[in-house]
Amino acid sequence: MNRVRTEQRLGWLMAGPALLLMLAVTVVPVLRTVALSLERYSLSAPGERAFAGLGNYREILTGQDWWRDLSSTVILTVTSVGLEFVLGFALALAMHKVLWGRQLLRTVVLVPYAVLTVVSAFAFRFAFQPSVGFVGGDFNWLGETWSAYTVIVLTEVWKTTPFMALMLLAGLVTVPGEVYEAAKVDGANAWQRLWRVTIPCVRPAIMVALLFRTLDAFRIFDTVYIQTQGAVGTETLSFLSYRFLIRDLEVGLGSAVSVLLFVCVAMIAAGFVRAFRGAS
Amino acid sequence: MRRRIADILVTLTVAVWTLAPIVWVVSLSLKPPTLQNDGRFLPASPTLDNYTGLFTKPMFTTALGNSVGISLIATTVSVIVAVFAAYAIARLRFRGSGLVLGTALGLTMFPAIALVGPLFTLWTELGLFDTWLGLIIPYVSFSLPLAIWLLTAFFRTIPRALEESAQVDGATRLQALVRVILPAAVPGVVTTFLLTFLACWGEFLFAISLTSTEASRTVPAALAFFTGDSEFQQPYGAIAAAALLVTVPVVVLVLLAQRRIVAGLTSGAVKG
Repeated sequence: MNRVRTEQRLGWLMAGPALLLMLAVTVVPVLRTVALSLERYSLSAPGERAFAGLGNYREILTGQDWWRDLSSTVILTVTSVGLEFVLGFALALAMHKVLWGRQLLRTVVLVPYAVLTVVSAFAFRFAFQPSVGFVGGDFNWLGETWSAYTVIVLTEVWKTTPFMALMLLAGLVTVPGEVYEAAKVDGANAWQRLWRVTIPCVRPAIMVALLFRTLDAFRIFDTVYIQTQGAVGTETLSFLSYRFLIRDLEVGLGSAVSVLLFVCVAMIAAGFVRAFRGAS
Repeated sequence: MRRRIADILVTLTVAVWTLAPIVWVVSLSLKPPTLQNDGRFLPASPTLDNYTGLFTKPMFTTALGNSVGISLIATTVSVIVAVFAAYAIARLRFRGSGLVLGTALGLTMFPAIALVGPLFTLWTELGLFDTWLGLIIPYVSFSLPLAIWLLTAFFRTIPRALEESAQVDGATRLQALVRVILPAAVPGVVTTFLLTFLACWGEFLFAISLTSTEASRTVPAALAFFTGDSEFQQPYGAIAAAALLVTVPVVVLVLLAQRRIVAGLTSGAVKG
């Protein structure tokens, strides 16, 4: 038998189950989400189920919750990814350059990565809780919008900076040493070498790290659930969808929020891909 | 000498920032209930009461059983399916490999919340709501991309000559995979298993959305519903103790496999 054909068949046989499993739990439910988002459907009043066209979308986009939660999601995403990037880059440079204690450094950065998100959320919540924690004194950090944002961002930064640093480190190790030597010979100082040599060289790694973390941060749910339950204006889009679907049993409205969130995520990804193509 | 001091200072700063929240949870877990409101960083009179108390709470012990069972089954299925897919992608001239990798990449960017609605209604109709299987199915699908990605990278590091010589000896592709490649890939498979397990073990959104009782609630979800002996007192110490019991084992495993994990996690980043 034709060798190429055999290999092709074997390939589908081996990779097919994985593809099917990934598609079965995404494509089918997503189509269902889209269908449900067009219905007036509440599990607390299943008898009144009816086709609603774009009614749910109109209700969401003309109401306040979506826009408030979009802005808090954007604020949390931008601040935490921004901080993670700066700290993660510094950490990656340190892991790359430090000689004394390098092994210890590379070991401890993995600790936050291995800690469950729910656990880090509890650790920071209790640390800032009045009369329980050791940080805040009597001030109720999670009771006011801006201080609650601060605690949530700190938690996210603690948990995910190591991941960012590891992705950036992978880029740093590919930069050949001679490039630095050449820049040094040309009289570039450390700051110039960072901006003119290191950053342009690791640009692909930077883009990938930022893309993954931005999409991840935009879907933030666990930390908000544990720390504020979306109170004091910290509700995010994932939490809004969860609240409609599971708490209020408003399947139609919740599905519409999910679809809109999905569109946001796709737009962010497309934006990154365009920026990436433009840069390279 | 100055270089050395600077290096040590950097390492110490990172170590303190990284470990402080863990030490704080340890300290909280060692405080007796009467002193959990003292606001001190370290416990004044440490006790193990919170830990012994946990094992008298069915809420914790059954959740622990659910977590172990669901995560182990989901991880095993996911890794087995991923081994075959990754081998096909890494080794066969096979036109679907782009599609499989693309789907995996798309799935890592997918908002899981968009599945909660349809799965919640579908599982209710099918009787899968609040069952182990109801969590295992989405866990397998969502952990597959990571497993495929890591295993493909590991397979690519294994020299082709190894299986070619096996095939010369008359072994089929499948025999070559099982007898020659897999043994060589054991470290990679173990690392993949560990990272996939970690993802299932800590999963929270599906765990609170698709369960409602102790029948299938995992530890991360149970922690969110923990209640104290009295309704008005939050059991900070008990939550801290339970959090540590489910965190420390995975942290230890991750640190033991540290080198391989760093290599695995960063393998996908550079190609860009």
